[in-house]
Amino acid sequence: MDIQDLKTFEHDVVVVGAGGAGLRAAIECSAQGMSTALVCKSLLGKAHTVMAEGGMAAALGNVDHRDHWKVHFRDTMRGGKFLNVWRMAELHAKHAPQRVRELEEWGAVFDRTKDGLINQRNFGGHRYPRLAHVGDRTGLEMIRTLQDYGVHQGIDVYMEYSVLDILKDGDKISGLVAMVRDTGQFVIFKTKAVIFATGGGGKAWKVTSNSWEYTGDGYAMAYEAGAELMDLEFTQFHPTGMVWPPSVAGILVTEGVRGEGGILLNNQGRRFMFDNIPERFASETAPDEEEANRWLIGDKTARRPAELLTRDVVARAIMKEVKEGRGSPHGGAFLDIASRQDAEYIKRKLPSMFHQFKVLAELDITKEPMEVGPTLHYFMGGIRVDADTQMTNIPGLFSCGECSAGMHGANRLGGNSLSDLLVFGKLAGTGASEYSRKMERAPIIDADQVTGIIRHATDILNREHGQNPYLIHDDLRETMQNKVGIVRTESDLNEGIEEIQALKQRYLQVKADGASQYNPGWHEALSIRNLLITSEAVARSAAMRQESRGGHTRLDFEGEREEWAGANVVIKKGVDGKMEVNRVERPAAPEHLKEIAHSELSALEASIIAEIKP
Amino acid sequence: MTKLRHFEIWRGDKQSGQMVSYQTEVGEGMVVLDAIHQIQSESAGDMAVRWNCKAGKCGSCSIEVNGVPKLACMTRMNDYQNDEVISCRPMKSFPVIKDLVSDVSWNYRQNKRIKPFAPKSRDKDGNYRMFQEDIDRVQEFRKCIECYLCQNTCHVIRDQQKEDDFVGPRYMIRLASLEMHPLDTADRIPEIKSEYGSGLCNITKCCTAVCPEHIQITDNGIIPLKERVVDRYYDPIMWLKRKLFSGKKS
Repeated sequence: MDIQDLKTFEHDVVVVGAGGAGLRAAIECSAQGMSTALVCKSLLGKAHTVMAEGGMAAALGNVDHRDHWKVHFRDTMRGGKFLNVWRMAELHAKHAPQRVRELEEWGAVFDRTKDGLINQRNFGGHRYPRLAHVGDRTGLEMIRTLQDYGVHQGIDVYMEYSVLDILKDGDKISGLVAMVRDTGQFVIFKTKAVIFATGGGGKAWKVTSNSWEYTGDGYAMAYEAGAELMDLEFTQFHPTGMVWPPSVAGILVTEGVRGEGGILLNNQGRRFMFDNIPERFASETAPDEEEANRWLIGDKTARRPAELLTRDVVARAIMKEVKEGRGSPHGGAFLDIASRQDAEYIKRKLPSMFHQFKVLAELDITKEPMEVGPTLHYFMGGIRVDADTQMTNIPGLFSCGECSAGMHGANRLGGNSLSDLLVFGKLAGTGASEYSRKMERAPIIDADQVTGIIRHATDILNREHGQNPYLIHDDLRETMQNKVGIVRTESDLNEGIEEIQALKQRYLQVKADGASQYNPGWHEALSIRNLLITSEAVARSAAMRQESRGGHTRLDFEGEREEWAGANVVIKKGVDGKMEVNRVERPAAPEHLKEIAHSELSALEASIIAEIKP
Repeated sequence: MTKLRHFEIWRGDKQSGQMVSYQTEVGEGMVVLDAIHQIQSESAGDMAVRWNCKAGKCGSCSIEVNGVPKLACMTRMNDYQNDEVISCRPMKSFPVIKDLVSDVSWNYRQNKRIKPFAPKSRDKDGNYRMFQEDIDRVQEFRKCIECYLCQNTCHVIRDQQKEDDFVGPRYMIRLASLEMHPLDTADRIPEIKSEYGSGLCNITKCCTAVCPEHIQITDNGIIPLKERVVDRYYDPIMWLKRKLFSGKKS
């Protein structure tokens, strides 16, 4: 094949993925004068961000004036079990309010307080009402705002293109090879800088809130190109996914239900979360129903109900109830908002939950409790980046949003994702633009790399016989669900790794029927390579971390271990082509941040009040 | 507890196509999209269908089920009789790409034509103030998931094929959401009349009927815009007032 025949698009920066992070990054690149491409697998405006419900966390202090970036930062570090990259958590807490206000300036219409300001709601792990929101469709508001603003900024949008792999010129980025899904044609993007905003890899599990797009593309492409992946053992199982009927199992039920007062009950009618309060959060959590009820009616001296503990804690508690025979009929727990708020309030604050349960489960949430259970929701880990520029160890490759690591440590707080997308989307856009501007020489596209990538893709169609991609995917989902699930053991993980090796062998013979035009079987087959790399990285990282922390729970190593408090698991492709797993010691925490994160809440608040007062 | 169900699915591309029969076992709680996916993995690996969230939030899986424009992910199999054959076709108003996937790029071009949001300046403390009762209507319009079922159903586009003269119901409510936005300062009434084609809508409310978000597209969006156009261009008192005190957005 002569690569001269391939259509080539040339840009200063190419952003891959058009969710919140990708859109924000592209807007920034464009604002910096870059010729910017935005490449996405779906139609614009359909990315997974649209599914985010509850809100975006930012210490605006509109509802409780005691809020401050330092409290947000402290909450984030504690929620992440102190494994967050300190600088990223700091940048996030500091920049989030500006990013929310900017979104409003671009047309977002958040719910309001009585004074006409942006309203903020309670969420798990956040000390104060902190989530700017629009009912329970905040993600839609964000993506539509960015989309409608973005289309007027001169960004070139390439919709329904699948990026297949990275091209390099020496050690630096030179471009990408992509496939146009409509036609099956291959194209080249020639560029100095690439920003991955490709989201997570939840589609490796059977029960997940993620859509088909979540196939770990960014992790796998970055890994293949020599980037480092970090913290992949930390996978967030959201405690409340739908469990019934089977066809909708895993679909998200927003944490906003609990934020608005919803409670979790077992089949004996007990609010079991009060039995599951970890010591670290005991002093900041209501110990019983009496205090929790006062909190619900707005008593500011009351502490938060136990249902609003961090997601890892709530997910494990639900699992325990189910395992010990106190679960709901379909293997979850009951989530009750009907007895806590009146029907009109529920419909106004949680309209899409009302609609979703009514249509998909034939259940009226204003009258009956929902049945919910854990669902794979989010990757805390991902591509390792520099905190300020979001650049990876590959010059010219940047990453932001869910596909990058560090911001959330071992567990992400609800609401910190939407703000993460905007804060680090913008920073990645700045970082990539500066890099691209400084690069004087245009990169050279290497024809052999291009043909290698295309040959792998076309082999899948050209084989006479082979493995059905849908079945390989099904088997991978079984493996990850059963062997690399919410609770893990060394033997399960090792079996999981073995099974993934066997699937990799089968994948060498994968065959998609039909032609190259809009062929879902072929698209599925192409994404399985990425899912297999992602799954192996998760399983190997999980096997190395011999402790339980945040989203990573080991039955054979219970509790957080001191020897792991200061280390990350980092993965990269070895020179022999095998996956290399390393324990990497964390740099020392900056003193001023350490002080904030470890301070007593009352002392921190007193210092903030002193600081605010002239 | 599954039951073998019969499907007729349109297979083809720009050049040609036909309905093809499939069968699959349907279990409790399944929606049409689940059945399509099952058929895809069992016997039609290359059958094209768009989808993302599978929860009625992204608006990707718009097709016509037994002739009715619907989101495949929110259409339950038990809405149909047990022995009813389920037919699935791509949206009729847009060019087909392949099987159930249609080319909806026309919609993106309409969106780009709309004059962007132009906010007034912030209050001195850096905030914007808007009251909930003033934004309820705008928030109703912003629930739109861009499934384009309304665009597909609108007579002006589907039957009269005046897609060069009318932006369609989706973008009429987008225009309404901008025009009614308390912070917006731009004036789009002239374009709503002349370029976006508000006069072409004859208020049959078919768009409202198919909206999966239950947005009152016609009553709350299009009719008020039509009224604003009438006030501006056909009301003699308003016309005089404008002549005397020109330059302000009405």
